[in-house]
Amino acid sequence: MFDLDALASCLSASACLVNQATSGLIIGMLLFLVASGVTLIFGVLHVINFAHGSFYMVGAYLAYTTYVVTGNYFLAALVGGVGAGITGILFERLIISRVYGQNLLMQLLVCYAFILIVDDLVKIIWGAEYLAMGIPAEFRLPPLRFAGGFIPPFYLFLVGVAVAIGLGSVLLVTKTRFGKIVRAAALNAPMVSALGIRVNVYFALLFGFGCALAGVAGALAAPVRSLTPGMGLGILVESFIVTVIGGMGSIPGAFLAAIILGLTRSIGSVGFPLFVDGAMFMIMALVLIFRPTGLLGQGAVR
Amino acid sequence: MTLIVQFRRDLLIAAIGLAVLIAIGLGIEHAWPRDFLTSIFAAGLLAMSLNMLIGYTGLVSFGHAAFFALGGYIFGLLLQSPAFTGAMGAASVPVALVAAVVGTGLYAVVIGAICVRLTEIYFAFLTLAFQMFLYSVILSWVDLTGGDQGLMGGIPRPEFLGIDLGDQYHRYVFCAVLFVVCVMIMRIMTESPFGYTLRMIRDNATRAAFLGVNVTRVKLICFVVSSSIAAVGGVILALFTSGAYPEWAFWAQSGEAIFMIMLGGLNVFLGPVLGAVALRILNDVVQMYTSHTEIVIGLVIMFVVLVLRRGILDFVKDWWVEKQQARLAAENRNGRE
Repeated sequence: MFDLDALASCLSASACLVNQATSGLIIGMLLFLVASGVTLIFGVLHVINFAHGSFYMVGAYLAYTTYVVTGNYFLAALVGGVGAGITGILFERLIISRVYGQNLLMQLLVCYAFILIVDDLVKIIWGAEYLAMGIPAEFRLPPLRFAGGFIPPFYLFLVGVAVAIGLGSVLLVTKTRFGKIVRAAALNAPMVSALGIRVNVYFALLFGFGCALAGVAGALAAPVRSLTPGMGLGILVESFIVTVIGGMGSIPGAFLAAIILGLTRSIGSVGFPLFVDGAMFMIMALVLIFRPTGLLGQGAVR
Repeated sequence: MTLIVQFRRDLLIAAIGLAVLIAIGLGIEHAWPRDFLTSIFAAGLLAMSLNMLIGYTGLVSFGHAAFFALGGYIFGLLLQSPAFTGAMGAASVPVALVAAVVGTGLYAVVIGAICVRLTEIYFAFLTLAFQMFLYSVILSWVDLTGGDQGLMGGIPRPEFLGIDLGDQYHRYVFCAVLFVVCVMIMRIMTESPFGYTLRMIRDNATRAAFLGVNVTRVKLICFVVSSSIAAVGGVILALFTSGAYPEWAFWAQSGEAIFMIMLGGLNVFLGPVLGAVALRILNDVVQMYTSHTEIVIGLVIMFVVLVLRRGILDFVKDWWVEKQQARLAAENRNGRE
């Protein structure tokens, strides 16, 4: 179960270290994008979107089809993000908005139903088999060499986009008028709507934005992971672990936690392949025991 | 002794219920009712034990199926191990049953100790996460569990106390007795002072704490007991399918159980069992017409949650109360004339 020799020899070889760190970083960045959507929606709307993984899946599949049809990966990523965002707005308006403020059971059940429906729709449209997109043509360049390790250019693009979007969403929430209105509405919705602002529209837009983040993550993951109906649930659970470790509602916390988990996964797959999931849960349990609000969170969990 | 006096009516109902179940199982030659009811025993125990958390204590768990699966796997693994059956001989089945219940209970102590302190959303999420953890362990520990193939190949069932579980009639009666005993345990728990403490914690945990209730401990006890009962459900299903499968620990199994509770009626003791029956029939009917059952079930869930908002027995209970009140009002009117 444990292969400490392999772990030690990897940690002492720079080539292996670079390779594992890069793959850890891209796992971390995908997790970060999904988790920041979860954390934004929770922080503002106080809704836990158990269906968030479905938007990741929708983004991935839309990107796949766009890429197959047009051959342009940048367009594919855009379609993935926007498509997931629109689906998210529809989901919020038609379903989630009806269970705001109601008990968690109702929210959970509608999300469960939504996941079932979307998974089955994906099976009908794209089939139940695994699909692979492969590295897009734009990025079929020779890998960069760094300290003996190889870094594919697409990985750099992925990390760059994720960091840019993460920074962008922090700025969106803290600096823009949109962010201020949304945060004010989260604190006191009747007051904000008394000012003549249509709170519902802002909530729907924020929910859509969170889903678009998941969609972009799906589009970025499509070239490096295989696509399958049900691919959303794995990343949902991991992104929740990220939000718990980072602290609910904190985007910087999600960033930090996503990198920790990404590195745990990639280095763990060398040293303790069967215990990788276990290690993630150990980290989460330790954080919850010693710092229940998460590494950078302020909200109460008890 | 007082317990027996207090629950005399329930014990009588349980005895009659068991007699009816056994009569159906032994009286009808066709295997269908036995198979159907056995699967309901398993699903019903999962849903009812989960309702002890959701309906009675207000702990919305999204990972209860993990304990169901763990019970099934422990039971199946022990009986499939020649060393265990060799050492235990005729006592194999009862010992494996106890090991499944106790083992699951111990696992639930660990998970519960972490989870029950947390607020609603974190609790729901963490139980889901630990369930997916167990699911991934089952999938990746292929040497022990058979991975995605599950524990196939049949579970040996040595005879004990004259009960031969290889015989389908014996097996059915055994499962029916397990089911009724577990339901009775839950009934006694929820109608005892302990059960009313659970309701108080659901309605106002702060007040319960002020009254001197150790809220965390009570929640943990409830969590462990309900998980152990879910494990009995897993044992029944393991006996029925003669194996155990990773899907039992999958999140969808928990989602299904939550929907059974919602469908049958959250606030009625036997609601979840009715929900299990209704969902099972719905599934079978939908399967006759389409292979895309998930879409249809998903839409039904949306309809129940967004439009009806309550379960079947909640409506029946309201109708009953209304009728009683109408009768009382009518009696009053008659009395005055």
